Order: sequence, then C-alpha cells, then structure tokens
Amino acid sequence: MTTREKFSAWGLLRHGLSRSPWERMWDHHDLAPSYDVVIVGGGVHGLATAYYLARNHSITNVAVVEKSYIGSGGSGRNTAIVRSNYLTPEGSRFYDRSVELYEGLADDLNFNVMFEQRGHMTLAHSDSSLRTMRWRAEVNKLEGIDSSVISPEDVKQLAPFLDITDHPRYPILGALWHPPGGIIRHDAVVWGYARAAAALGVHIHQETEVTGIDIAGGKVTGVQTSRGAIATGTVVNCTAGWASLIAAMADVTLPITTRPLQAAVTEPVKQFLHPVIVSGSLHTYVSQTSRGELVFGASVDPFASYSTRGSLEFATGLATHVLELMPGLANMRLLRQWAGLCDMTPDFGPVIGPTTTPGFYVDVGWGTYGFKAGPVAGESVADMIANGRPGELIAPFGLDRFEAGTLTAEKGAAAVGH
Amino acid sequence: MLVIVCPHCGPRNSDEFTYQGERKPRPEVSTTDAAEWRRYLYMKANQGGWATERWFHGSGCRRFLMLERHMSTNEIRSVSQVGETK
Repeated sequence: MTTREKFSAWGLLRHGLSRSPWERMWDHHDLAPSYDVVIVGGGVHGLATAYYLARNHSITNVAVVEKSYIGSGGSGRNTAIVRSNYLTPEGSRFYDRSVELYEGLADDLNFNVMFEQRGHMTLAHSDSSLRTMRWRAEVNKLEGIDSSVISPEDVKQLAPFLDITDHPRYPILGALWHPPGGIIRHDAVVWGYARAAAALGVHIHQETEVTGIDIAGGKVTGVQTSRGAIATGTVVNCTAGWASLIAAMADVTLPITTRPLQAAVTEPVKQFLHPVIVSGSLHTYVSQTSRGELVFGASVDPFASYSTRGSLEFATGLATHVLELMPGLANMRLLRQWAGLCDMTPDFGPVIGPTTTPGFYVDVGWGTYGFKAGPVAGESVADMIANGRPGELIAPFGLDRFEAGTLTAEKGAAAVGH
Repeated sequence: MLVIVCPHCGPRNSDEFTYQGERKPRPEVSTTDAAEWRRYLYMKANQGGWATERWFHGSGCRRFLMLERHMSTNEIRSVSQVGETK
C-alpha cells in the first residue's frame, strides 16, 4: 500500500508557489502472476468495484485490466447526467443509492468530481407522458426520492427560455422535476476511483487486453492477456458494449445487443441553462457544463454495431429536435460529435451477478444509463464477491431472470425512447 | 446513412428499414419448453465481425430481408429475401 498526498487548497497553493511536481495518481506495475480478483474493463464500474473491494472488504490483491486507457469506453463518452427518478421500485432504490454515493464521492475519494445537483427536468408533451410521469413521481416518493410533477408555469420559472405556449409542435404540458439530479465531471470520477483504488494497493493495468479466460473443471482459473497470463479464481466482466465478447471467453451467453449511442457538444457560451432538460418525445437531453458548452444526447442508433463513428443523420436529427425545444440556439456551432457503445438488454435493466461458470461474474447490460450507476454497482459487486452472493439491491437483476421469465420493466424510465 | 441494396427496390437508405436482430435458429414450437423459448427470445451471440441479421423493408416492398453486415465497419456483403438464403 502506498500513501498518497492529500489534495487540498493548501496543497494547491504550496505546489503553485514552490513549483514542485505532483506525484503520479497511480503507478505502473508489472503483471503479478496471480490476483485474488481480476476486473476486466477500466471504466467507472470496474474501478469502483476495485475501490470498494479494497476499502469495504480489505481485498486488495486486485487487478483492473483495461485494453486501452482507463475511462476510454462508456465512462468517457456518456453525457455525465446523474439522477434516480426511475419507474420501478427496484430501479429507483438502486439509483437513489448511487446518487447518495455521488453526493459524498468528492470527500470519499479526496478528488473533486464536480458534481453539480442542478435539478433534472423531464418535459411532458402529451397526456400519456404526463400520466407516466405522475406514476414515476409516485413510485419515487414512496422510495423517499425527491421527485414531483410540475406545471408549465413552474417550468418557465426554472428554465425561462423554454416556450410554454401552445405554439410549438410539441407543447410543454408539464414536467417531472427531480432536484437531486445533475451533472458531474465523468473523467474525474474515473480518475478519482483509480487514484483511491491504487492507494489501497489495487493494480491498474492499462493497454492490457484480455485475450482468453482459462477454465478448468468448469471453474475460472485464470486470464490470458496481451501482456501475459494471470492466475485467478474470480473474474468480473465490466466491459459494457464489449461484454458479449468477454463473456464468450468464459462460455457465457448474454442477452445483450451492442448499440452505439451518439452525443455532441457545442462551443462554450455564457451560462443560461441551469437544470438538465430532457424531452422523451423529441429524443433529446440537454445540459450546460460549467465551462459553458451545451451537451446533447439522443437515443441509441437504430441498429446494432461496434462502430463508434458518428453519423450525419444523427447531427441533423439532433439539431432539428433541439431547435424545436430552443429555437434561440440556431446560430450555435457543434464542436464535437462522438459515439459510445451501449450494452442493451431486452428489459433495459442491467445484468449483474454470478453466471453459469463459477468464478465468472458480470456487471453489464447497463445500456444507456451505466455511468450514473457506477458507484452503487461497484459497491454491490464488491459486496457480492466478498460475501459470495448478490445483495438485496442487485438481486432483481440476475442473469437467470431471462430464462425464468422474471424481467424487470425499466424501459419507461429511460431518458428518451428506445 | 447505410445504403441497403434491396433485391426488389434497389439501393435505399437504411431508415426505410427496421433492424430486427441477428439470425438464430428457432426452436421447434411443438416440442420446446419455456426456458428454451426464452433463451431463443432473449440471448444474443453479439460477437461482432460478420453477422447475419434480419431487416424489414417497412417503407418499401414490406418484405423481410437477410443481410450479411460487418458489425465494426457496417459494410454489407449480401442481401437476400428471407426464405431464399442458403
């Protein structure tokens, strides 16, 4: 275990005046011949799992194996929105714990993750979506989550530039308002977990691709990587869009289809948009970062693919929808457009738990809302590995639910239509 | 935009079509059980590379097509009508 310098305002001042270099946030290690736990995928899920294994359960002989650099997949490509106003009791309970962990994360990790709870507003443009929102709000209230349906006048108060008249093609009839929701610096979450996990003794192996999983007597015995072999009895698959490829190495088939989800960001402008605005009917969500850029997201691409290339029809479709909502943005320019790979499941719920191959665990199927679940998934998976069975929060999301026919029903609560 | 060369309608933009997922053998309906049927419904290979998949030309000839498409490059190497594939 290595002790890390504590980040503080005093430290910033001292380094600034003395110009002394900052220490590395995590070290490079040679592959050890064996680890107690090997986590495949160095995103927020994998790193959070490693951190909670070390912190909550004192399991520190852990490797996080990442084929590229940490946070290069979904963790660095999402639109950084955090919320817990889900439709089902199991979904909202789960994400509420995640929001709670995010609220304390900066102190916990001693790393500024820039969590801004600006409020999350889902617009209703039809009677049926207003009805679903009332349903969601009631489920949320029963779980103790701050969530309510508000009137168009309240919408105008919170976001004055939105047109609440009946002139637009999709008029605003009300909204689901969720004050604890907000945005966060997603890279900082990845780096914070990596730094804190490394300080507790976890090895982070970047540019190390898993090429095979060794199975003997039906059980996991090791992992083959591009840098050599590792012996281990426990492997956790945290690879999101690539989950099916890793699972196949352990003879496990998943109910997952890989779909690209595109997003875009504009040039920075003066702050004018405080809450996160979502419109299901218009297939878009918008937030303004603290730097002033507007971040836009949409629904997943219309067919499965492992390609992360952006498409022109996404950009034009997005612009059409955003301008319907905020015509004043017509002269803004897009700076970047990108795609991340989403691991979509048939019921839009995650797949988290043990598999038919003993020692091989999955934490996948997060689809379009994996980032906001990172901390609670990490905590729950760590708990499952330490105790040998899934805890109460994740029990509804087992892989066996598909064969048993006990699917969850989270589709209605995804930010935009699928 | 992908361009799919429909055997009936010629080259058309992919937004005329609905993607219906990868091709897989359907269990015999008269003898299958619930677990096997659900495996067929929900489980996917999703292995990347060349995939055989079904598309529906909803805004065209309204026929079901079988495509061979590369999951990383989106290149399409064959299109045929369902039932006429090898």
